[in-house]
Amino acid sequence: MNPETTNHEKTYPMPNLIMNRAPRSEAAPPPSGPPTMKQRLQITRQPMPALESEARAASFAEVNLGFTEAVALIEAERCLQCRDPRCVRGCPVGVNIPGFITLLAEGNLAGAAKLLLADNTLPAVTGRVCPQETQCEAACVRGVKGQPVAIGHLERYVSDWARAHPAPPAAPGTGPAATGRKVAIVGAGPAGLSAAADLAQLGHDVTIYEALHKPGGVLVYGIPEFRLPKMIVAREVRRLQEAGVKIVCNVVIGRTYTLPELREKFSAVFIANGAGLPVFMNVPGENLKGVYSANEYLTRINLMTAHQFPRTDTPVLRGKRVVVVGGGNVAMDAVRSARRLGAQSAMIVYRRTRAELPARAEEVHHAEQEGIRFEFLTAPVAVTGNAQRWVTGLQCLRMELGEPDASGRRRPVPRPGSEFILPCDVVVVAIGTRSNPLLTATCPELKLNQYGNIVVDEHGMASLPGIFAGGDIVRGAATVILAMGDGKRAARAMNEYLQRVPAPSAAVPGQNHS
Amino acid sequence: MHEILARQQLSPDVVRLDVQAARIAQIRRPGQFVIVHQAENSERIPLTIADASPDCGAIALVIKAVGKSTGELAALQPGQAINDIAGPLGHPTELIKRGHALCVGGGVGTAVLHPIAQGLHHRGVRVTSIIGGRTRAAVIFEPELRRLGDLIVCTDDGGSGRKGFVTDAVRELLAAGGVDIVYAVGPVPMMRAVVNLTQPLGVRTIVSLNPVMIDGTGMCGGCRISLGNETRFVCVDGPEFDGHLVNFEELTDRLTTYHDFERQSQACAEGQCRLG
Repeated sequence: MNPETTNHEKTYPMPNLIMNRAPRSEAAPPPSGPPTMKQRLQITRQPMPALESEARAASFAEVNLGFTEAVALIEAERCLQCRDPRCVRGCPVGVNIPGFITLLAEGNLAGAAKLLLADNTLPAVTGRVCPQETQCEAACVRGVKGQPVAIGHLERYVSDWARAHPAPPAAPGTGPAATGRKVAIVGAGPAGLSAAADLAQLGHDVTIYEALHKPGGVLVYGIPEFRLPKMIVAREVRRLQEAGVKIVCNVVIGRTYTLPELREKFSAVFIANGAGLPVFMNVPGENLKGVYSANEYLTRINLMTAHQFPRTDTPVLRGKRVVVVGGGNVAMDAVRSARRLGAQSAMIVYRRTRAELPARAEEVHHAEQEGIRFEFLTAPVAVTGNAQRWVTGLQCLRMELGEPDASGRRRPVPRPGSEFILPCDVVVVAIGTRSNPLLTATCPELKLNQYGNIVVDEHGMASLPGIFAGGDIVRGAATVILAMGDGKRAARAMNEYLQRVPAPSAAVPGQNHS
Repeated sequence: MHEILARQQLSPDVVRLDVQAARIAQIRRPGQFVIVHQAENSERIPLTIADASPDCGAIALVIKAVGKSTGELAALQPGQAINDIAGPLGHPTELIKRGHALCVGGGVGTAVLHPIAQGLHHRGVRVTSIIGGRTRAAVIFEPELRRLGDLIVCTDDGGSGRKGFVTDAVRELLAAGGVDIVYAVGPVPMMRAVVNLTQPLGVRTIVSLNPVMIDGTGMCGGCRISLGNETRFVCVDGPEFDGHLVNFEELTDRLTTYHDFERQSQACAEGQCRLG
């Protein structure tokens, strides 16, 4: 337990001790004391200021502009400080939400930031990309009769403040005591970075191996700049490095080193190498020029900055009419990127209805604002091309929802004779990924499920002692925050594991990097 | 950072760089490649490892300057460095254990052929190399391959060795019989032509493919090819495949995807850019 966490879990004084004040609006003067319950209930959810949709058309600048301090303080006062905060249970990493919001409402931003960072390594990231509406905010009591507290926006506000006001470096010798135990993490994405932060905090000597030339995983290759500026990821990564975490890029575990080799060098290993091979539709015409996997399309733009071509060297096809197949966050990222690359028409093709879209509500909302067209109940059957084998269209079938399938969702079934062609010059396939065999193939003893994902126990430990795993290599495709939750859980379990197993005879000296 | 330890101009547009990459030098096997990312704004380019010296901690990369990115790489001088090299990637070559192998190389592909011939030679396989280029100057790795077995050099203009295409020599050797396997590495039309010769005879033929690639770890799928009726990713399933199953027409076509961009990039690098 972190003693600071409990210190901050205080409740407001009784409402009758507070001066009566008029209900506050955005323009209200600064508070003279905490508002009453009634006053809190009268504050409406503060909207997130965003770039005008016209201004987004050709710009990869971040869409959400963030709260001002005044707005953040107003929104913070909407929190009722529930004695049994359900929002915390809704959070995969268990952030002390009422705690940091209380400190924020009191204007104690440094305290709020410290509390938030104690639970969440990447709050500036999760504040932007978490599906709050199905997690913390779904559980918020304010949402029963109205709008939940904008927890994500407040998290973003506090973490952005913290980035602008870095805490002074810890005095030498005040960091965690070095344990002399070496741990390796495979993959510098959200799961790996979270685990690294917690393990370093516990005094372990942490090395992250990253396959790409830049750390961040999906945060740098997948999620676009307009949703998550890369500068933020770089800052979070630098903070970890300052805490002593070593990050070695361009190392592909399974190729450069095998898992058994890592086990020899490290006392424990956390595998978080992420999603793998993109799934294609398996329809005719899929290898025509102009068909991309979402992974390739987004990697070209995000990691390789293809939108800046020819100022940078990696190109991407700029379609006039782009069709993206899929309904998740990745599909939204791709279609909104296409728009910004100058597509006159950018469209989502999804085989179910709007109600089943797996994407975050805000992404769908932003996409609609940006003029993205949605073709629901539509499934591709072929990609059509011209004589030069460039894409000319996506041949589709109209669907209708039939009986519920195993997942409980109604299964889309084709309407006979409903074939039609959506003319387009670029098709982006965003229908998921399958597991990447690169690492697991070098360690046959590692137990996998039928999909090739690593099987772990409730602590995140795989079938080999000392080997832990989390994120998409365990879950298939999931979210940033679930991956981070896996990282935290694995870090805890690894720490316990390291205390159970004897240290190697020659302890590694001088490993305190704080 | 990976320092350039030595640079050798192999032909007018082909350069060999010996680059510091100790771990890769130690463990790479014939047929494997690396992804090279020269600097912050560069492309990620797949390059097959032409040779390696574990003692010096160096790998040899052979680069044909065809566009901006390869041009910049080929211009690197000893003492300069490459930001990022990841690997060794891909499956090692499937080397036969005994018998007679034809190793067919065209242009810069001959550099890729070299470690394969090396591997075969070390196993005691009889190696006959057939390498070619447009002119004498375009023929590379001639002395290295000569050390590993019989060598036939073909040039389009007859400036060195036989006049004609490598396929002419391949046809003759196949007709003579006794060939157990063919390894073909070079321009796609050359590999396709070799496959067209071996397929009717049922002689197993391995080709090494070099499609557009970004991450090299299976993540992007940009390097996909059709093998028989199935899709394969060259980075994780290859880079070498049974040539009799490869859809060369599709591969040739996909390789042209970015031609317009490459011209634009090149023009920009030469200061003729109007965009920016």
